[in-house]
Amino acid sequence: MSNHESSYQPQSRAAKWMDERLPVARMMHAQFVDFQTPRNLNYMWTFGGILMFMLVIMIVSGLVLSMHYQASDQLAFQAIEGIRRDVNYGWLLRNIHMVGASMFFLAVYIHMARGLYYGSYKAPREVLWILGVIIYLLMMATAFLGYTLPWGQMSFWGATVITNFFTAIPFVGEGITKWLLGGYGVTTVTLNRFFSLHYLLPFVIAGVVVLHIWALHHVGQNNPAGIEIKSKSDSVPMAPFAVMKDLFGLAVFVMIYAWFVFYAPDYLGHADNYVEANPLVTPPHIVPEWYFLPFYAILRAIPSKLGGVVAMFGAIVVLCFVPWLDTSRVRSAKYRPLFKPFLLMFFFTVVALGYLGGKPAEGAYVVWSRVFTFYYFAFFLVLMPILGIIETPKLLPKSITDAVLGKGGAALPTGAAAAPEKR
Amino acid sequence: MKRISVITAALLAFSAGTASVQAAGGGDAPQYARVPWTFAGFRGHFDQAQLQRGFQVYKEVCSSCHSLKRVNFRNLAETGGPGYSEDQAKAAAAEWLHQIPEPNAEGQIADRKGNIITRPARASDPILGPYMNEAQARAANNGALPPDLSVITKARGIEVEKPFYRVPDMMLRDIFTGYQEAGADYLHALLTGYKPVPLYTEQGGKLIRVADGQKPPGAKACASVERQDGKNDICNPLQSGMNYNSHYSGHQIGMAAPLSDGVVKYAKPKQGDGLTAVPETADQHARDVTAFLAWAADPKLEERKRMGMLVMFYLAGLALLLYFAKKRVWSKIPH
Repeated sequence: MSNHESSYQPQSRAAKWMDERLPVARMMHAQFVDFQTPRNLNYMWTFGGILMFMLVIMIVSGLVLSMHYQASDQLAFQAIEGIRRDVNYGWLLRNIHMVGASMFFLAVYIHMARGLYYGSYKAPREVLWILGVIIYLLMMATAFLGYTLPWGQMSFWGATVITNFFTAIPFVGEGITKWLLGGYGVTTVTLNRFFSLHYLLPFVIAGVVVLHIWALHHVGQNNPAGIEIKSKSDSVPMAPFAVMKDLFGLAVFVMIYAWFVFYAPDYLGHADNYVEANPLVTPPHIVPEWYFLPFYAILRAIPSKLGGVVAMFGAIVVLCFVPWLDTSRVRSAKYRPLFKPFLLMFFFTVVALGYLGGKPAEGAYVVWSRVFTFYYFAFFLVLMPILGIIETPKLLPKSITDAVLGKGGAALPTGAAAAPEKR
Repeated sequence: MKRISVITAALLAFSAGTASVQAAGGGDAPQYARVPWTFAGFRGHFDQAQLQRGFQVYKEVCSSCHSLKRVNFRNLAETGGPGYSEDQAKAAAAEWLHQIPEPNAEGQIADRKGNIITRPARASDPILGPYMNEAQARAANNGALPPDLSVITKARGIEVEKPFYRVPDMMLRDIFTGYQEAGADYLHALLTGYKPVPLYTEQGGKLIRVADGQKPPGAKACASVERQDGKNDICNPLQSGMNYNSHYSGHQIGMAAPLSDGVVKYAKPKQGDGLTAVPETADQHARDVTAFLAWAADPKLEERKRMGMLVMFYLAGLALLLYFAKKRVWSKIPH
C-alpha cells in the first residue's frame, strides 16, 4: 500500500513466526499505527472512522435480525412484531438497525460535504472520490431494499414507486421491471429477492470500502489547508493522535445515535410503516425515507417521467465527474473566496430539496423544487468549471505546519500577493 | 452584503409561496393537544392502574369490533405492563368472548349446525376480535374495516403544517424531548372528536362557519368544505351511516362515537388498595384506553427507557474520558 516502512517489531516467538509467513500484523501496524496523518485535521475527518463503525454495526445487527425474520408477504410484518415483542432484546436490535440506517446516511452526508468543502476529490484523489460515490450508491440500494423488508405500507408502496422508475426506460423498461420484480407487481417473490440482495450488498460495500481505504492510504489524507504533507513536522502518526481524536468523535456520534435508539426510535421513520402492506390501499402521501428526499424532489421537479428518472440518477452520477468539473487547483474552499459562498448555497439547496421532497408535489412546492434542481445541476456543470478560472484564490500557507502555527496566507489580506496556485 | 440580501429575498419569496399552498389546502386543519402522558420523555413509564382501566375499556367497548391480535394474553402479566398476575391473565383469556377457532378431535371445523368450532383462549393465545376475516368485518360494519389495534398508536401520526422556517426549531425540540406520542395524541383527539356537524352559511359562493351553539336560518350542515380559488365552495354533507369527527381525515368516520361519560364503570377504590378515584368521563376513558394501546404497541417501552438512561450516562462518561485523553495526547502539538 503506502511507501513508508513499518516500525513493527514482533515481540513474541509466535508473532515472529507469523511475521515471516504472513506479515498481516506488520501491514496493519504500518497502515493504522505508523500511518502519517496531517496534524491539522479537524473533527470533520472523524467521519471516515464513524462510517466504518456504522458498517460493522449494521452488518452485525442485521445478521442477528435475519435469524428471526421471514421473507414472506404473509409473515414479514408479524416477524418484525415478534422481534419487537418476543425476541430477547429484539426491540434493541431492531432499533439499532433501523435508526442505524439513518445515522449511516447522516455520517455519509457529512463525509461527502467535507470532501466537497476541502476539495478532497482533486488530484491525486480522483479514484478515492469515485470509489466513495460507488459506496454511496450501494448504500442507497441497500437501504431501499432493506426498507421493503418490514412489509409495511410505506415499504410496499415505496418499492412499487421506485421499481416503477425502470418502466421509464424506452422499449425494454416494462420487461426489465417485470424481471426485477419477478412478476407484475411487488409480491412475496419480490420480497424474497430483495431480502437476498439486502443481505449481499453490505459485503459488496465492505469490499469497496477496502479499496477506498487502500486508495486513501496510498495518496495520503487531504486536510483543511488542502496542501500535501511536505516535511515530518506536517504530520503525526495515526496512533495515538488521530485514533484518540476519532474515538472522541465517535463517542459523541454514538451518543446522538443512542438518543434516537432509546428515546426517539420512530422519529426518523413514517407511521404508515406500522400498517401492514395492502396492495389495495394507497397511502395519501408516499414519501421515501428522509435520506432520499432531495433526490425524490428532483425526480418530481421534472414534468416527464423519463426526464425525472434521468435527472434523479444524474444528480448522483454527476458526482463522479466532479474531479474534472472543478478547474481550480486550490483544494480547500477556505482559500477560495468565490467558490465558498456558492458551495454553501449548494449545501442549502440540498437541504431545501430534502424539505420539498417531503411535501406534496403541488403549487409552489413544485416551482421551488425546479429552482433548486436547476441550481443543483448548475453548481456542478456551470459554476464549478467557471469559478476555477475566474477566481483569485487567497494565498495558501507554505506548509501544514505554517497553517497550524498561523504563518501563512490566511492571515494576509486577500489577493495581496500573487498566489502560487493562481493560473 | 448584496449576496445576503438576494438570499433573504429568495427566502421571503419561498415562504410566501409555501404559505399560499397552505391557504389553498383549506386551512381548517384540526389542532392536536399534546396530552401529558406518563410514558412520554426521558423517564417515561406506564401507570399500572391506568393500563388496567384501559384494558377494561378495550374489553368492554373496543373489543366488540377491534382485535388486538399481535398481543397475547400472557403479555398482560409481563413486567412493564398492566401488572396483572399470571392467574389473572389466564382468567382474562378463559373468559374472552372471542374464542380461538380450532378443529375438534375428529378434524371437523364446524358443527352440524354450521357453527365454527372454537375453544376458550389460553394465556399463550392472541387477543382476537369478533370477526373471522376482513369480509365478515366489512359486512358487519357498513363496509368499513375496524383496524387491528396492536400497533395503532405507532401507526398513526400528526401532520403539522408549519411554515418552513419554523420546521428546524420544531424538529430539534421534538428530537430533544424524545416526542414519540403523536399517535397517542391523535388517538385521544379522535376518540374525543365526536361533535355535532358544523353549520355553514353561504355568502356569495363562500361558506362561512357558524359559531358553535348558534343556528341561523338557512344554515347548512357540512362535514367538510372544499375551497378552490375562483370557484364556489363545495359543501360535503355527512353521508348516511357515517359519523362526524373533528379530528378524522375528511371528518367522516364509519365508527360511531364509542365512548361517552360513564360508559365503563371503574372499580371503586377501597382503603389500602392504592387506587385513586378517577372520573368516569369520556375524556378519561379515552386517555385510559389510549395509554393501554400505547403499551400494547410498545410493551418494552419501560425497559427501553430504563436501559437508555444507563447507556446515555455511560456514553457521556466515556466521551468525557476520551476527550481528556485526547487533550493529553495532543497537548504538546499545536494543531
